[in-house]
Amino acid sequence: MRILVVGGGTGGTIVANNLARRLSNEIRTGKVRITMLSASDRHMYQPGLLYVAFGQMTPDELYRDQASMLEPSIAFHVDPVTKFHFDRNAVETKSGNTYEYDTLIIATGARIVPEEIPGLAEGSETFFTEESAVRMHQRLMEFQGGTVAMTVSIPHKCPVAPVEAMFLLHDFFKARGIRDKVKLRYQYPVNAVHATRNVAQWAKPEFEKAGIEYETFFNLREVDPVKKIIYSEEGTELEYDLLIAIPPHRGSEIADDNDLGQGGWIPTDRFKLTMDGRENVYVIGDATNIPVSKTGSAAHFEAEVVSENIASLIKTGTQVREYDGKVYCFIEAGYDRATYNAFDYVNLPDLKPASKAIHWFKIAYNQMYWTSVRGLL
Amino acid sequence: MSEKVIDARNTFCPGPLMELITYMKQAQVGDTLELLSTDQGTASDVPEWVAKVGHEMVSSEQVGDVWHLKVRKMK
Repeated sequence: MRILVVGGGTGGTIVANNLARRLSNEIRTGKVRITMLSASDRHMYQPGLLYVAFGQMTPDELYRDQASMLEPSIAFHVDPVTKFHFDRNAVETKSGNTYEYDTLIIATGARIVPEEIPGLAEGSETFFTEESAVRMHQRLMEFQGGTVAMTVSIPHKCPVAPVEAMFLLHDFFKARGIRDKVKLRYQYPVNAVHATRNVAQWAKPEFEKAGIEYETFFNLREVDPVKKIIYSEEGTELEYDLLIAIPPHRGSEIADDNDLGQGGWIPTDRFKLTMDGRENVYVIGDATNIPVSKTGSAAHFEAEVVSENIASLIKTGTQVREYDGKVYCFIEAGYDRATYNAFDYVNLPDLKPASKAIHWFKIAYNQMYWTSVRGLL
Repeated sequence: MSEKVIDARNTFCPGPLMELITYMKQAQVGDTLELLSTDQGTASDVPEWVAKVGHEMVSSEQVGDVWHLKVRKMK
């Protein structure tokens, strides 16, 4: 049995480690072989980028050597896939190699595409890459006053990130002693400050307490980086001095190049996590088109379901459970308070008042992640 | 012109309207999208957004616990 994992991010790494542990006997006897193909020899803790943008982490803290994250029994190659051949259970890689599989797990993530909105790349700062997060921090440190506007384009990773960033902006400028010189403006695509009703109900009074102004039903159409004006699909506009953008996302370039799905999102069964029409191909994390948050948390819980099912299929011929839509996300409410957002396909999140205890748990989790991704936590 | 069904039943984050806007961006002018939602708020949220942005609300009906909202992309 050849298991091939494509992608070495959160989902890919957890699924590979979980499988390696569950199938250790089968691997030892040569019955199972696990291979991972990734585009990078480094593993990035992506949620840390928000902290980099606010000067609370440095970029080097975000990385570990990918090979050190993996069980030794996993054959790891830095050799990104360029072509999927689903009909013959094989992939081609950048180096020209072909890898055959019996079971394939695609965990190729998502990417930002600011270029899809005119003027956005030139006119805004963001925190979804190392380079952009470092630059955003520099801009925030240089800023002396005026309007800081945030725009939220969809689809995007981590649906609570825009809310967190607003609270962090408030505390950042307060700490610099210039909060009274900064107008914070938040533009959001639907008719609430967050798409999830209970998150919106929690965040709205928090915004009002922090003096954060907001406009809803604002879907960014265009940015004029010279005049510093943003325009919405709904016909409104706003002048800004500093624009922080949650850029639109697409699935990975590999998914787009192989035409795997609209927007680069791979059509996936929301319960079985199999690619539509392919029983031996699983898709997890940001790469899927299933209607749940694109977060490391979703990838984590999906990876557990997939690894349990594959291991059980090998051992007993039967799968054990379906993905229930489980997601758990921390929500930073500033420099020293946080809450969390936990839900699944059936249960709405029930947000608790933000507390210092949850904030410190999140700060601890930023380090605990490295045990989590190894599949130990 | 194509018709596409977006199954956003039992989803909370990012939620049905976000799903609709995502697919609307990918659709061609003239395409019709049908959103399935079990969220009661969707029945008012979607027509409000559609009117604001200038698309066309084709139909809205509740079948059992599920709202079926059809929207045509106009621009």
